[in-house]
Amino acid sequence: MTLMIPHFHLDSIGPELILSLTAIIILLVDALSPRGRKAFFPHLSLLGLAAAAFQTYLLWGSQGTDFARMIYVDNFTLFFYLIFILGTALTVLLSRLYLEQYGKNLGEYYALLLFATVGMMLMAASAHLIMLFLGLEVMSIAVYVLAGLFREDVRSNEASLKYLILGSFSSAFLLFGMAFLYGAAGGTLYLDELPRVLAGHAAFAQPMTLLAIALLIVGFGFKVAAVPFHMWTPDVYEGAPTSITAFMAVGVKAAAFAAFARVFFLAFPAMKMDWNMLLWVLAVATMTLGNVTALTQTNIKRMLAYSSIAHAGYLLVGLVAANQLGAVSLLYYLLAYTLMNLGAFGVVILVGRQKDSYLNIYDYSGLGFQYPALGAAMALFMFALAGIPPTAGFVGKFYLFSAAVQAGYIWLAIIGVMNSLISVFYYLRITVLMYMRPAEADLGPVTFSPGPTAVLTATAVGVLLIGIFPGSLYDLAVKAVKIFPGL
Amino acid sequence: MQLPILSILVFFPLLGIVLLLFLDQKNHKVLKSFTFAVALLEFLLSLPLWFGFNSSTAAMQFVEHHDWIPSYGISYYLGVDGFSLLLIMLTTFLTPMCVLATWTDIQTHVKEFMICLLALMSGMLGVFASLDLFLFYVFWEVMLIPMYLLIGVWGNPARRVYAAIKFFLFTMFGSLLMLVAILVLYFHYGKTTGVYTFDLLKMYGLDIPFNMQYWMFLAFGLAFAIKVPMFPFHTWLPDAHTEAPTVGSVILAAVLLKMGTYGFLRFNMPLFPQAAYYFVPLFSILAIIGIVYGALVSMMQKDLKRLIAFSSVSHLGFVMLGLFTFTVAGIQGGIIQMINHGLSTGALFLVVGMIYERRHTRMIADFGGLATPMPIYATIFMIVTLSSIAVPGTNGFVGEFLILLGAFKSNLVYGTIAATGVIFSACYMLWMFQRVVWGQVTNEKNRDLQDLSLREIAIFAPLLLFIIWIGVYPSTFLNKTKATTDNFLAMMEKAKTTQVAQTDVPKGVTP
Repeated sequence: MTLMIPHFHLDSIGPELILSLTAIIILLVDALSPRGRKAFFPHLSLLGLAAAAFQTYLLWGSQGTDFARMIYVDNFTLFFYLIFILGTALTVLLSRLYLEQYGKNLGEYYALLLFATVGMMLMAASAHLIMLFLGLEVMSIAVYVLAGLFREDVRSNEASLKYLILGSFSSAFLLFGMAFLYGAAGGTLYLDELPRVLAGHAAFAQPMTLLAIALLIVGFGFKVAAVPFHMWTPDVYEGAPTSITAFMAVGVKAAAFAAFARVFFLAFPAMKMDWNMLLWVLAVATMTLGNVTALTQTNIKRMLAYSSIAHAGYLLVGLVAANQLGAVSLLYYLLAYTLMNLGAFGVVILVGRQKDSYLNIYDYSGLGFQYPALGAAMALFMFALAGIPPTAGFVGKFYLFSAAVQAGYIWLAIIGVMNSLISVFYYLRITVLMYMRPAEADLGPVTFSPGPTAVLTATAVGVLLIGIFPGSLYDLAVKAVKIFPGL
Repeated sequence: MQLPILSILVFFPLLGIVLLLFLDQKNHKVLKSFTFAVALLEFLLSLPLWFGFNSSTAAMQFVEHHDWIPSYGISYYLGVDGFSLLLIMLTTFLTPMCVLATWTDIQTHVKEFMICLLALMSGMLGVFASLDLFLFYVFWEVMLIPMYLLIGVWGNPARRVYAAIKFFLFTMFGSLLMLVAILVLYFHYGKTTGVYTFDLLKMYGLDIPFNMQYWMFLAFGLAFAIKVPMFPFHTWLPDAHTEAPTVGSVILAAVLLKMGTYGFLRFNMPLFPQAAYYFVPLFSILAIIGIVYGALVSMMQKDLKRLIAFSSVSHLGFVMLGLFTFTVAGIQGGIIQMINHGLSTGALFLVVGMIYERRHTRMIADFGGLATPMPIYATIFMIVTLSSIAVPGTNGFVGEFLILLGAFKSNLVYGTIAATGVIFSACYMLWMFQRVVWGQVTNEKNRDLQDLSLREIAIFAPLLLFIIWIGVYPSTFLNKTKATTDNFLAMMEKAKTTQVAQTDVPKGVTP
């Protein structure tokens, strides 16, 4: 037996390599250097992320597969790379001061963050379902650990354990689905081959494929926190370190949606009618339950957790629509959501202080006039999440619902906008507290450290900028989704 | 190259906000003077619009058209015709007075208040000037935020949050359904013509199957009917009006409500003409219920602001009735009545605001005999009241007369019932006026009230001027709207005779 070494180009996975390398360097430096050096990890991570972003930029426009057709190198992948890099970079900026309060500004935190990003990238790039699974696990295991970073904290422990156990379940479902698919397709898991093979022996494969699709939806549904696979979300989001909650809400969700879209748009276009129905129900259930439950939350992290469930529901609308506009709106919305959600979590971290002592929404009373800039930023993020112009959140929802209308799902669009109305209520409540209620107690000073301040500035400007001038980003996303021939 | 005067008008207040940010927030006088200067300058900037407007054509004027999101057919498209000109002028005309009215009223968070006021101004002008559906929707929603803050932050402490949220959710509810309808319209236009655009003027005269028109008219109509507000969607209005600070009430009554009626005129009717004719009975009856119901409820109010709020429901009912007559008199009367209501009701809220500042109560029972300590106040109050009742010689008469003329021409029953509203309005206004102003001073606290200051008189002077002007010589204003109205009616007439498909509804329009 001879060993075949497939042909490959290292630069195709340049961003992944750079980030892995950075993570390893951080681990080594952490192990070998004296204590005082630890402050440099965020800078090192940012440097790695910048290099990865640059490499992504260099790759932009390329089209094709690599590593024996295991990964795609195309604009869709690269667009998601940019979302992940942005999300991780903003998380890194948020982390340092927050972790120092807990005495946890550790090298492994940043290394795991970068490894998780690598996993996400592999998920977005995967051209083969096994590759997708590898990426998913690389990401998930890193995030399980990160959720339990505060070892001494009971809630953090609970979050980690819950996420691990339920996450393993969902991975099993995903694998199970892949196994069925493997059988149905007669031994291939290449995404681009699947439609042809499945069409070849339709009568035999049909029931098994449908079962596989259902199981895949369970697996993905768990990662994007879609109802009814959302049970873990509030507890995990509440218990995990706030910076990791932010990271999970944007990064993990975006990665899962990247894989979700890629698999369903590429492998199962012929069975669109079947999974459309399922996702329609899922979308409606997800946004409605997320929004309605968010109404009653008094813990800001829990509220944002339910809000993130609701946003998963909106994003599913893009999948249901299953047209070019739907895919474009998915990309646009994920980027917009990354900005506005990380911005909101940035405010939560700044206001939280002293080991998260101020996480109740009533702690925001009177904040708007006490700290005008902070209040204005939070109000902006809340209005953006609620989908009110001129913010990125509005344009994102506009795209998503127009995709639904274009595909003929008028009722889905109506249910979607009515859900936005419900969400307005709890987002507005934060602004009510900030501007219309007197401060309940003296909050004490909020320290504006450079990292979070930079995040807030960048995200606020970003939310407004791509909200008012969404044109070029839209065109970019159109280029990215050109890879789906069926749309 | 013409000066982009509409853009300047829309964005000048935003520039004002930026400059405002650099001013000392403790120095209220400077903040208020600066905002006043901005608002006054804005009014002066809008004058070329009035004088440069060509009344002989129905075409859009001062047009600005630039690509905004070209791949989506969205453009930055502004323009003015006879319908919007008067409303834009009303907005720029009232804002300086509103700033003056805050002089002693607003004492907390002055800087933020002024920022909201200017942002609101910018949003309102954007709504009236935009001719692109997307752009219009953006302005329409953006404007909610400053108004919500005005009510919620500076309103009456007891119920301001409730009123603010109610205002926000009600308006948002309607506009979100409108958003879906806009999208349906967009894709229908794209499918029919092959061009995907949000350009409003291009969509006029589009052939839309009746069934589709029906639903879309309702979706757009709901958004606007809530804003007007038409019975039975008016319940947010008394709360918002009562709890808002004086200036908030003035702007709400004078300009924001007009966006609803303007929306019918600009969007609902020309976009879905066949449905518009179909819905004449429904909307006329709702308008008439609004007229009578608003008047009857006003009569029973104990709170001055609530009384005026319900009288708005009644007055706006007149406007809606006029618009849905589809006659020259009715529509011109409707537009003039929009302006009238802005002037009279705006003035009424100012009148109430000024007495509230002195006495910190708005209950009718707490007053009586105000004419004795405050003769100037009583005089102004009387003129404004008469204008609101539509006594000949004041602006209200012209508007209501034209509307009733149109109503009688198109349907005798509607006209007759609506005419009773005029009598009712005389009842509740005069009765209220009698209890507040005439007679002996019944409450000792009212005996030594200060009469109006020079600043307060200065606020009223221009309002009174126009109340009389429109009453005596309305042609100045009617001329501006004549060509547009004629063109509008010709368009509607033409649509009335064209047949649209009754049953053919494209897939996905009704599920």
